[in-house]
Amino acid sequence: MRYAMVIDTLKCVGCSDCVVACQTENNVPIGYCRDWVVEAVNGTYPQLELEIRTERCNHCENSPCVRCCPTGASHIVEGGVVLVTHDECIGCGACIESCPYDARYQHPEGYVDKCTFCLHRVKDGLLPACVSVCPTRCMYFGDLEDPNSEVSKLLKKRDYKTLAPEAGTNPHIFYLI
Amino acid sequence: MKTRRDFIKISSLGLGVATLSASKLNLFESLKSEEDHETEKLFRQPTYCEICFWKCAGWTYFNEKKKIIKVIGNDKDQHSNGRFCPRGTGGIGAYYDEDRLTKPLIREGKAGSQTFREASWDEAFTVIADKLKKIAAESGPENVALIKHGSAGDHFKTLFQAYGTGNISAPSYAQCRGPRVESFKLTFGEDPGSPEQTDIRDTKCLVLIGSHLGENMHNGQVQEMAMAIDKGASIITVDPRYSTVASKSKFWLPIKPATDMALLLAWINVLIEEELYDKQYVEDNTIGFEKLRHHVKRMTPEWAYGITTIKPDVIRKTAREMANAAPAVIVHPGRHVAWYGDDVQRSRAVGILNAILGSWGRKGGYFLREGISVPKFPIPKANKPRWNWKTALNGQFPLASQSPTNVIVEQSIKGNVDEKYRIRGWFVAGTNLPLTLPETDKFEKAVQDLDLFVAVDTMPMEVTGYADVVLPECTYLERYDTIRSSPHREPNIAVRVPAVEPLGDTKPASWMAKELAKKMGLGEFFPYEDYSEVLDWQLKKMGSSLDEMKRIGVKTFPRKTPIYFAEGEKYRFKTPSGKIELYSERMKQLGFSPLPEYTKHEEPPQGFYRLNYGRAPMHSFGRTSNNPNLTDLMSENFLWVNPKVASIWGLKSNQKVWLKNQDGIVSDFPIKVRITERIRWDSVYMVHGFGHNNKKLKRAFGNGANDSQMISKVLIDPIMGATGMRVNFVTFLKNDPA
Repeated sequence: MRYAMVIDTLKCVGCSDCVVACQTENNVPIGYCRDWVVEAVNGTYPQLELEIRTERCNHCENSPCVRCCPTGASHIVEGGVVLVTHDECIGCGACIESCPYDARYQHPEGYVDKCTFCLHRVKDGLLPACVSVCPTRCMYFGDLEDPNSEVSKLLKKRDYKTLAPEAGTNPHIFYLI
Repeated sequence: MKTRRDFIKISSLGLGVATLSASKLNLFESLKSEEDHETEKLFRQPTYCEICFWKCAGWTYFNEKKKIIKVIGNDKDQHSNGRFCPRGTGGIGAYYDEDRLTKPLIREGKAGSQTFREASWDEAFTVIADKLKKIAAESGPENVALIKHGSAGDHFKTLFQAYGTGNISAPSYAQCRGPRVESFKLTFGEDPGSPEQTDIRDTKCLVLIGSHLGENMHNGQVQEMAMAIDKGASIITVDPRYSTVASKSKFWLPIKPATDMALLLAWINVLIEEELYDKQYVEDNTIGFEKLRHHVKRMTPEWAYGITTIKPDVIRKTAREMANAAPAVIVHPGRHVAWYGDDVQRSRAVGILNAILGSWGRKGGYFLREGISVPKFPIPKANKPRWNWKTALNGQFPLASQSPTNVIVEQSIKGNVDEKYRIRGWFVAGTNLPLTLPETDKFEKAVQDLDLFVAVDTMPMEVTGYADVVLPECTYLERYDTIRSSPHREPNIAVRVPAVEPLGDTKPASWMAKELAKKMGLGEFFPYEDYSEVLDWQLKKMGSSLDEMKRIGVKTFPRKTPIYFAEGEKYRFKTPSGKIELYSERMKQLGFSPLPEYTKHEEPPQGFYRLNYGRAPMHSFGRTSNNPNLTDLMSENFLWVNPKVASIWGLKSNQKVWLKNQDGIVSDFPIKVRITERIRWDSVYMVHGFGHNNKKLKRAFGNGANDSQMISKVLIDPIMGATGMRVNFVTFLKNDPA
């Protein structure tokens, strides 16, 4: 079992529904977020390109945040999901510094917080909140080790990229391009 | 800052929201979550969203303590396909907004200054009823106008029809869709409706004329656009701005603003000259083709190039792209099309283009909508008004099928019309006129001349600041409303049921209209205690019931007519000729051009830039700009400026500038500059709905600039009275003008 998210940048319109859905689902305080939208423009008028993508924790296999956590609060669970146990987190912020994706934030209650792939939903047979609301259906979630899963099939069929591959983290968010 | 809600706990299985198949359930069985998500039982009631006009049906989830947790789309709904847009998902913010109106307010003059004081509902209704009776006695009930948007308007419409006025108006007509409504009625005999009957999911080519799908989050359409992208459809986007959808288009035509008509005519020229149009369809279903052919003869791509800056080969290539996809091609009618004062004619050109491509009534083009009518709850017949807004127009705007709100404003100003026909009272429900209407000076003048101004809203908007009496409405999550019955691929209905009790002293519009009617002696028009009785009566007549609808939220009925034309079918259109009218005899009779013509529009003077405006996917007009959830996604608008222009003016990113328009009007608030290649050098762009100046909107006050304030000039469409608003030019003031 290896959970992954595949995001089709050709369909994403950057509406940010994923952001509100996550905030609502995971009780992320207003002003903070576990996922966000990036727009990257290239070229000069009128020869332009625009990539829109929703970003979040990459649930890296080789995760610097887990390696540098002094208390073991950051850890990897089954399915390769990186989690933070709030009670064990001392809020030192080392993981925030180490993350090449800027995916973690300091929760006002003192601990570090980030995307959990909505494991509480996944375990109930639901999709992560962001995936479940996306109006363009540009986000896919599933098991990379299952060759018949939608995510595996998409990665076989389409061109894709990951973010900051040079960091060597082996991220598990894939962007179809 | 919104208070932190209790941790959300989902007990999903009992709620029927599982979106994964059973086999997927097994996949997750071995997983052990280390997250502390305890489960809490959630309940739900059906609703349809009121954050925008798309009215997506969904479910309001709440816990045992009657605390609203979230709003989620209804899988059976054709507007949303079970997925809400960010505004729908963030709709709970409308309920939790701590700046909401909670008490009726009455304006009071005290020693030169005016304030609002809180009042009881009874007192507020007494003030309104007395004034309405006085105006009716002195002038007539016709001298009062209801100006409305959204669901609240339905209930007040019953009230004001009973009262005796026909002056019922919605800015969504002349400030938005009106030109499209009339042009499609002229051409096809019907308006493409809402949601539009565009078969985007099955199209092979989608053509957008300034329409920014994806930024305008017209939910079902955006979803279908993504489906079409998946299926390899090509998109052609005509927009001076590199919009989101432009970036997803096979062809982006960065047109010179205000020249779309020339491009449309050149496309028609290419399709006819190269014989790419659907000959059989044109033969079977249209009239006036030879006149059209003759009319566009000289409107070649070379001619259009000089006007639009779009190269002739691109015009030809895109015309062929459409023809290759035909009939699975949609030249989109757009939604907000009140741009340049010749908007009915431009929309006619869009209609004609669709007609010769044969897209109307064809798969991947325009499907045929089918709806189901909701039985009318029995109430007495109201007296027919003796006159209405049309009377004083004396034949002006002959094709206005609804009342342009700008006409109501004009007719409220002393001296503009015979005092006999002057509107003396406004009852405004659910529309924030100062941000909605152009020509703010006329609005302010009219307001001074009114004897009564009532505003109904959930929030302290600018419009409530002008009112004599403010009535606080509860949000859509706290009330029943009329049955939603929008024709679509399948006839369907949806209901709105309150999830929780109205907050504070807020009330649903259905209750307000009924109670106000009682005060005015019109109680017989509202023969029920609670609006749910009306719904149950109507639903039972339709073979359902309120109980059933509470369980399912949306009910779909089988179609009685085909969704597309049959092969070679000669369809009877609802036009005078029964055909698609390429050439419009009716327009000719009215003294307008029977075929669309290109008109040159004014260009910005030196140092000024055309003000274009649009939407962001996380906001609806100005009504969401204080919503805590949505403000968190976007709290202000930015002024898009081309880097060349920024360099001429020495503007830096995020620098605040004030705007000054061609009439010397300076924006109340500054707006931050966004320097981007995505905008042409001759125009600037901003998202509509910001720059609120009501201090009661704590989050929204002074954030960004208000485009409506800069729209002090309009070009009125002589055919139906729409206000063309993209005719204003602005320049930058780098220092605070105050």
